[in-house]
Amino acid sequence: MSAAASADVAPLGRMLVTQTRFQLLTRLRIPAFSVLSLGLPVMFYALFNAIYGSTKLNGVTGSEFILVSYATYAVANVMVFNFGMGIANERGRKLDLLQRAMPLPPVVAAVAQVVAAMLFALIALLILFAYAFLVGGVRLGAGTWLDLLWRLIIGAFPMIGLGMAIGYGVGANTAPAVVNAVYLPMAFLSGIFFPLRLMPDFLQKIGQTLPTYHYAELGWNVLGPGVADESAVRALLWLAGWAVVLIGLAVRIYRLDESRKFS
Amino acid sequence: MQAAAVELIDAHKRYGHIEAVRGVSLAIHRGDLVAMLGPNGAGKTTSINLMLGLRKPTSGRARLFGLDPADRRARSRCGVMLQESGVPDTLTVRELLELFGSYYPHPMAPERAIALAGLEEQAKQQAGKLSGGQRQRLYFALAVCGDPEVIFFDEPTVGMDVEARRAFLQTIREFGREGKTIVLTTHYLEEADQLAERVIVIDRGLVIADATPAEIKSSVVGKRVSFTTTQPLREGDLTGLRYSRLEIDRDRVRLFTNAPEILLRELFRRGVDVHDLEVVGADLEEAFLALTAEAEKETVA
Repeated sequence: MSAAASADVAPLGRMLVTQTRFQLLTRLRIPAFSVLSLGLPVMFYALFNAIYGSTKLNGVTGSEFILVSYATYAVANVMVFNFGMGIANERGRKLDLLQRAMPLPPVVAAVAQVVAAMLFALIALLILFAYAFLVGGVRLGAGTWLDLLWRLIIGAFPMIGLGMAIGYGVGANTAPAVVNAVYLPMAFLSGIFFPLRLMPDFLQKIGQTLPTYHYAELGWNVLGPGVADESAVRALLWLAGWAVVLIGLAVRIYRLDESRKFS
Repeated sequence: MQAAAVELIDAHKRYGHIEAVRGVSLAIHRGDLVAMLGPNGAGKTTSINLMLGLRKPTSGRARLFGLDPADRRARSRCGVMLQESGVPDTLTVRELLELFGSYYPHPMAPERAIALAGLEEQAKQQAGKLSGGQRQRLYFALAVCGDPEVIFFDEPTVGMDVEARRAFLQTIREFGREGKTIVLTTHYLEEADQLAERVIVIDRGLVIADATPAEIKSSVVGKRVSFTTTQPLREGDLTGLRYSRLEIDRDRVRLFTNAPEILLRELFRRGVDVHDLEVVGADLEEAFLALTAEAEKETVA
């Protein structure tokens, strides 16, 4: 691109960085959101670690197993609440209107949303990891920590799709109800809170199809062979399928909302 | 030749069964100070949305600097203050200016935008904690922070008291002196009169007048004829008379007309009981109402 043309518009990189920074700051400053997203996972972890932390199964301590459970819960929480309630709220207060009139490409705004949510989830994870390390006495190798981290990021995409579908699909007032109605059963049937095999057969069958279940399975796989019920590859394939379905749904709903407002 | 800053070419906009804009053509040139004037629901906001590319015309075209209004190069030269739009409540004034400035190729320093809007004392306050008037000033600052060439203000003074409105208009006027193109919608005539060099009157989706404020006033030098009746008006007392608008407030009758002599002669001939007669020049507000009423008659006929 010529020098003259590049001066006609602002550099996208700078725009993306600034947009992401302030998106993150906006979320962090909403106490209800940051306390819930950052505090709840570590609270649950502390509780269940106190009860089951010292049990040992398949060469893995309860502290380690539960850490992975609540790490997936923490990330899923941030994604579903961040996008589901955050976007519905922003739309409700017509934040999208002024933004749309700006020379900010919608795709930059969307990428900033995702990156900011990832950073937010990372903060939640660091708090959880720090607690597990200091109080839970969890010692994983550096490689294992990193292995867990990238799985948590990759596996989060179905939840981003779910959150965005809700955020663009329903109003600000109904979003909290819809998010909870959809997400709570999914979390409950994922095996994160207690093992899926303790549930009635038909609930197990339902649970085993859900993205939250495969997300947790993908995480537990890090801890060694025999810890998870399914292989990492199988979990990844399930998650990829869910990502396609849910992100596809989100894009459709986004386009619908957009054509209603801006055509 | 340089393309006009803003252009609508036979633009129509239909929402379902309602045609909000019914064929508007206009060109706004660089450095123009233009007011778009019209009652609520006249199609002003829709016109602005077409100019900004927030809405696409059902037929016809909109152009910003000769480009599609949604083009980033065109948008990078525009600032906007919209009627119904929010910003994140938890960011401070300064942070918002830094954020919005990053969308533009040559933004002004946040401090300069803050000074222009007179928000020095609120710079570190979160947007959610600002008063209504301060919020409007923030939106003004956001509209100018990219140092744009053309700025759109959609009813910028709605909800402001007289004092705040005057101060705010002063701010816009000063900014306009820097050679900026300003497009403002309003339903306050005095606002258009104070601020604009050109007034485009819009009513029911059509441009019904496009001239200087002085020309608009003189083209409708209406007179207001008012009188009191001791007996109620009979049916037929006023039929066939040449007036643009009629108001009856208990026993006080007000008629707006360009030919008061003919109207009065006819009233006396019909033996209408007239007391406390008064004939005065219509003020701007009334001139405007007469103008829109005139357009209404034409469309009905």
